[in-house]
Amino acid sequence: MTSQPPQPILDAERGAALEPDSSLPPTAVPEADRARERRWTLPKILIWTAIALLGGIAWVMLALVRGETVNAIWFVFAAVCSYLIGYRFYSKVIQRYITRPDDRRATPAEVKADGKDFVPTDRRVLFGHHFAAIAGAGPLVGPVLAAQMGYLPGTVWIIVGVILAGAVQDYLVLFFSMRRGGRTIGQMARDELGKIGGTAAIIASLLIMLIIVAILALVVVNALGESPWGVFSVAMTIPIALFMGVYLRYLRPGRITEVSIIGFVLLMAAIIAGGWVAETPWGAEMFTLDRTAIAWGIIIYGFIAAVLPVWLLLAPRDYLSTFMKIGVIVMLAGAIVLVRPEIAVPAFSEFAGGELGPVFSGSLFPFLFVTIACGALSGFHALIASGTTPKLIEKERQTRFIGYGGMLMESFVAIMALVAALSLDRGIYFAMNASAAATGGTVEGAVAFVNSLGLAGVNLTPDVLTSTAAAVGEESIVSRTGGAPTLALGLANIMQQAFGGAAMAGFWYHFAIMFEALFILTAVDAGTRVARFMLQDSIGNVLPRFKDTAWRPGVWITTAIMVAGWGFILILGVTDPLGGINTFFPLFGIANQLLAVIALAVVLAIVAKRGRSYVKWLWIIAVPLAFAAVVTITASMFKIFSPVPQVGYWANHFAFRNALDAGETSFGTAGSVEAMEAVVRNTAVQGTLSIVFVTLAIIVLITSVRASIVAIRNGGGENTEDVPVASRRFAPAGLFATKAEKALEQEWAALPAGERPESVRH
Amino acid sequence: MTATNAGRPARTPVRAGAAPSFGPGARASLGVIRRVIGAVGWYVQDLMGDTAYRRYLEHHRAHHGPEHPPLTERQFWRARMDDQDRNPGARCC
Repeated sequence: MTSQPPQPILDAERGAALEPDSSLPPTAVPEADRARERRWTLPKILIWTAIALLGGIAWVMLALVRGETVNAIWFVFAAVCSYLIGYRFYSKVIQRYITRPDDRRATPAEVKADGKDFVPTDRRVLFGHHFAAIAGAGPLVGPVLAAQMGYLPGTVWIIVGVILAGAVQDYLVLFFSMRRGGRTIGQMARDELGKIGGTAAIIASLLIMLIIVAILALVVVNALGESPWGVFSVAMTIPIALFMGVYLRYLRPGRITEVSIIGFVLLMAAIIAGGWVAETPWGAEMFTLDRTAIAWGIIIYGFIAAVLPVWLLLAPRDYLSTFMKIGVIVMLAGAIVLVRPEIAVPAFSEFAGGELGPVFSGSLFPFLFVTIACGALSGFHALIASGTTPKLIEKERQTRFIGYGGMLMESFVAIMALVAALSLDRGIYFAMNASAAATGGTVEGAVAFVNSLGLAGVNLTPDVLTSTAAAVGEESIVSRTGGAPTLALGLANIMQQAFGGAAMAGFWYHFAIMFEALFILTAVDAGTRVARFMLQDSIGNVLPRFKDTAWRPGVWITTAIMVAGWGFILILGVTDPLGGINTFFPLFGIANQLLAVIALAVVLAIVAKRGRSYVKWLWIIAVPLAFAAVVTITASMFKIFSPVPQVGYWANHFAFRNALDAGETSFGTAGSVEAMEAVVRNTAVQGTLSIVFVTLAIIVLITSVRASIVAIRNGGGENTEDVPVASRRFAPAGLFATKAEKALEQEWAALPAGERPESVRH
Repeated sequence: MTATNAGRPARTPVRAGAAPSFGPGARASLGVIRRVIGAVGWYVQDLMGDTAYRRYLEHHRAHHGPEHPPLTERQFWRARMDDQDRNPGARCC
């Protein structure tokens, strides 16, 4: 640090400001103790050898051994062993060379502690919070659709992707946001990339939020269409949430666990009652709704929910959702380990080599990597990891457990969803996931279509489809696209083997539909609110009155604009003559991965600016960034330029337009002029969105690479971190405290109560 | 146990004689079960946010003198909800 000016402020200099308070015990584990704990001992070597061996065997069973079937337990072993190795080794490399946390530094939660937004939170509790905020229906849907390609491509991407890309992104965004007092990814983009890059990043996040809300809503609509049982039980979540809201507001404020348990019991009752109601003639008549009606219902609901006070609907729904998330995941993992279903799907299916699969179109590269976003790499997490969570971190070193570890957990959810989908008979899987345009929506049509696919070992009969539908209390399971019904059926299959037998299949199916709908509706409420907030802020720059969040007309106008935005796309998806999900889902994945590109690009610039010693480790960010950029830009290019109508939006657009111009009255799967016009309109919207997304992402990418190159040349750049403040508290870094950490905790616990920081935990 | 530790599972062993009809082995396992239930209870309550008001009181006591009385429980929860109205948090997919 003696060479040419201007010199960036490097860690070593800043560290000097962190003079510890000598009256307190150490705030960080001394380096000597850490070095001792790092040393390899015989038991450690044996344990890690065993984990590596078990993981290796599991991967061999999945990737190389070609039997008739493969047992689901190998998926669990391959995933868990790989996660453990990635967490223990790779995330530590990132910690050592990229983030370089310093526990002598106070976190924003400690510095700004206000008992409200900034609260040092127990790491295990914060892990749960963070997980509940990042994981929802996304990791449950993508892998189900990707099962079209066979089991191996999806499995490899979910596991390898999370270790090298998804968890890296989450960890780094969380850490760097924490070092900046919890600044959002948009603000960090502006700080690091300048005005153009920053503005592009903010517009992209807003648009992406709308797309994600729209497609998630589409998943719910598809799951509830023509399903009186599902409609009744999901509709009941609204009065249940209202009751919970009133209970918490007026009857017993603060008793959140209590009311969540009551809500959960009511929810189970609603599922059971749904089965009875759907049996009655009036119930079937009242709650059998077509998809367009449900879509309008969700749009109206979305508007009302976003303008109502939080305490009435959103907060209680969020409590229920958190409660269900943790419960469902524990239950699903338990059931898969208990039942260990045999999986008959081939490693690579007939559609892995082509681009015309019936579930989603496009070649394996790049479309598998956008179809599975959540669970492997999800850009949306950057919004969470730079929002609430960094303001609650107690010690810097905990970011690895919460950021990296939290994402590994989501990846595990994705693997379990994949297993549930794979455990289904392939004929049923394709009958459920092929669009109504292909199957005609009838049992006969589905049987004819699936049998015409030429799938090895698949011979679907009408009887199988009707009896499966009857077993779960549904009218039909043909063309129930969107992933949720498939997952629900897979889950019902597994759960009924573990608990309750065939009589319970209907309950488990609707239980799964219910929790997916609950997660999604929570995301719809919250997403609309966040998008409105961003819009209010943007309009507020021109018309200051809009910044006042208490000004109701402003709230209504901006909410209406945002709901109209996602509602428009939702209606297009629901009425799409080409099937909806299979044409719109790639947009969801592309949007999500583009946000990941933006987040990683911002992180790249931040790390390049940290100084010389970071340059040779930049590949840790550059590799996932390059991969995500190549995947999403290629996928966007396919969607914009591919001449194959099933793949390229514009190719389809012009094919239908030409047909209309030629005076034809039906074309492809569109049977009327009206349907053809709908295709022309939808493909134009999809194609335009693709162009806008990819342009914004390329702008961010270029500004980031430029900022990084400048920083590398200058040996560093401006340090935008908050000024370090010496910490006055201690907590362990990982899930379990090490010996040295326990010793320190005891030193802290021995302090007289007055000198101890509030709510210190051990 | 100070207020700072409230809500955490007690680390103290189960009182001797809590289950007189069982042998020492059963008593030990009963203690383990109690501790597990206590830990789960602590975790769930902290995760769901039941402990937020208690946290606020601790914070308030540490940072403000008696001239600033803290919010009542009801006021606190209202303020918290109203705050969420102004600062929405995203939920991911």
